Amino acid sequence: MDKMPKWADVVLTPLISLFLAFAISGLVILAIGESPWEALKTMVTGALGSSYGWGFTLYYATNFIFTGLAVAVAYHAAMFNIGGEGQAGLGGLGVAMVCLFIPWPHWSLALIAAMIGSALFGAAWAYIPAILQAKRGSHIVITTIMFNFIAAALLNWALVNWLRPIGSMDPASANFPASTHLPKITDMFAGFGIEWGKHTPANITFFVALLACLAVWLLIWRTRLGYEIRAFGKSESAARYAGISPTRITVIAMLISGGLAGMMAINNVMGEGERLILNNVEGAGFIGIAVALMGRNHPIGVLLAALLFGFLYQGGGELALWTSIPRELIIVIQALVILFTGALDNMVRMPLEAFFLSRRRRGTAERS
Amino acid sequence: MDFNTIIQILDSSVRLMTPLLLACLAGLYSERAGVFDIGLEGKMLMAAFSAATVAALTGNVWLGLAAGIAGSLALSLVHGVASITFRGNQLISGVAINFLASGLTVLLGQKIFGLGGRTPNLSGGARFSEIRLPFADQLRDVPVIGPIYADLISGHTILVYVAFLCVPATWWLLYRTRFGLRLRAVGENPASVDTAGVSVTRLRYAAVAICGVLCGLAGAYLATGLSAGFVKEMTAGRGFIALAALIFAKWTPWGALFATFLFGLLEAIANRYPNLEIGPVTIPSMFMNALPYILTVIILAGFVGRAIPPRAGGEPYVKER
Repeated sequence: MDKMPKWADVVLTPLISLFLAFAISGLVILAIGESPWEALKTMVTGALGSSYGWGFTLYYATNFIFTGLAVAVAYHAAMFNIGGEGQAGLGGLGVAMVCLFIPWPHWSLALIAAMIGSALFGAAWAYIPAILQAKRGSHIVITTIMFNFIAAALLNWALVNWLRPIGSMDPASANFPASTHLPKITDMFAGFGIEWGKHTPANITFFVALLACLAVWLLIWRTRLGYEIRAFGKSESAARYAGISPTRITVIAMLISGGLAGMMAINNVMGEGERLILNNVEGAGFIGIAVALMGRNHPIGVLLAALLFGFLYQGGGELALWTSIPRELIIVIQALVILFTGALDNMVRMPLEAFFLSRRRRGTAERS
Repeated sequence: MDFNTIIQILDSSVRLMTPLLLACLAGLYSERAGVFDIGLEGKMLMAAFSAATVAALTGNVWLGLAAGIAGSLALSLVHGVASITFRGNQLISGVAINFLASGLTVLLGQKIFGLGGRTPNLSGGARFSEIRLPFADQLRDVPVIGPIYADLISGHTILVYVAFLCVPATWWLLYRTRFGLRLRAVGENPASVDTAGVSVTRLRYAAVAICGVLCGLAGAYLATGLSAGFVKEMTAGRGFIALAALIFAKWTPWGALFATFLFGLLEAIANRYPNLEIGPVTIPSMFMNALPYILTVIILAGFVGRAIPPRAGGEPYVKER
């Protein structure tokens, strides 16, 4: 009975951590001579005050849902996948190949093929670190870091020497054919005669991301495989004793994780860029770490955290536009969120636990 | 490829390996004490920024160096508090530190200089100057040994020599002193150190602090020795290459020297020959840049000699009650 109530663990601890992260971010803004209140106002107006802002917020959030889910699934199997960046980059390569080399009659078919292509490429990039961890005991964190750099070099090479159209100096692929262009959320609203978020990149992939959240929830808590993943994550020896193969779970969990990270590419490469460019992931793979930590590796938490980071991202862009605060402020906030919700978790939890215990003890003392 | 070209490539390898070597040794202290550190990159970046900033403002590179070490130490302290005191996840703390440095350097740089995250170009006393070793000019004409002495060994900044001296110093400290024995023990089996009545916490903090100082030297060298000033993201993955080198070196000081020299050489060759032609095959520069990572994965896979990390690495120590 020396535990604090579940609601405090699930809701209160992350909220306090988040509050601390934002309080220190506020201090950073004060330190560079700006007003945190003004900054917050600019961010809220810019990101949530108009359908235009929402169009970008949802677009960024879509990226972060995929990378956040990727980190979360691996985390349930007690693995820390820092390779989302590389896996999402490779996913982009998969999407580009699907869109460029196969003529599609309609975008819906192209979307399904791109989902498969991006997931396959992302999963393939996660497979090697996974098998090395399972069979050879190489630490997954180090190998996935290395694979991020190898992916960057590979993409650079593919764009410069292979996918770049003849005569172009830009290291980018050709534009995808029009039949693969995904409908934007703007177009969907326009179908109902409503004008919403003109010229914003939010597209149908957002709904794919919502489905992915649901699928991950079903997988982790409603299937046998999900049970095995969680059991393996909680205790490898117990899982082994129960007849769960560590190699199999390690590889499958990482394949799913890499596939989810890769699927981010249908949002940014197919939905927004409509061609493959250099550095198209733009750090979203790393933001997935913050999103998963904040969302406590639960799909609903990931969704909420991804929306928050989508807001921060779009708001940060607006800050850079309207104030003298550079958009790198977002990286600082992201770092503080990772630090407080991930690494300094116990700093919040220990005093909270002590608080609840002392209250309970007083409660029992009074009753007796 | 003639003799002079080889000397030039080796000379630039030495320059390029110096930050790697310092960061690699930094990681060695931390990981040998059982604290994983993937925040080397961030600490170097912070050190490069603080060193360049203070050097630019005061015109004194030594004050810059001190500031660089202080900047890196501050992040080390964060890492220590998170991973030793509060027993948090060391990897997550490292990731956070990398981002913190990446964001803060630009925010503060923009605030202080308004140059979009850069510092002004450093010159004169605000940079480390090259040291001419005695008789370098007189010996230059001696065949073979002359150029090696005058161009390869002489003519580097003080931090290069410091980095190379750190290798035997680290070896001596780790394998020939009581502190070193305890440091290694705390990374293998902290409970035994605790039983012997030595504080695990204090030892790990000491290791993390040494790591901070060495990362500070590495970052200061980047901004005030190798380049003339700080630019955004100037570490460019060097912290991770150092981490790779540490695995390559199997967590030993002399191994670190060899591994960082190899990676420095690869970078020097890639810089000099963007498209290296060996017979009919052209090797693109991207491949050369990715080679350290590929080699590390191969080493990690255990195909060429197995790399076994310190046993208690990554695990916070919970004292028995």
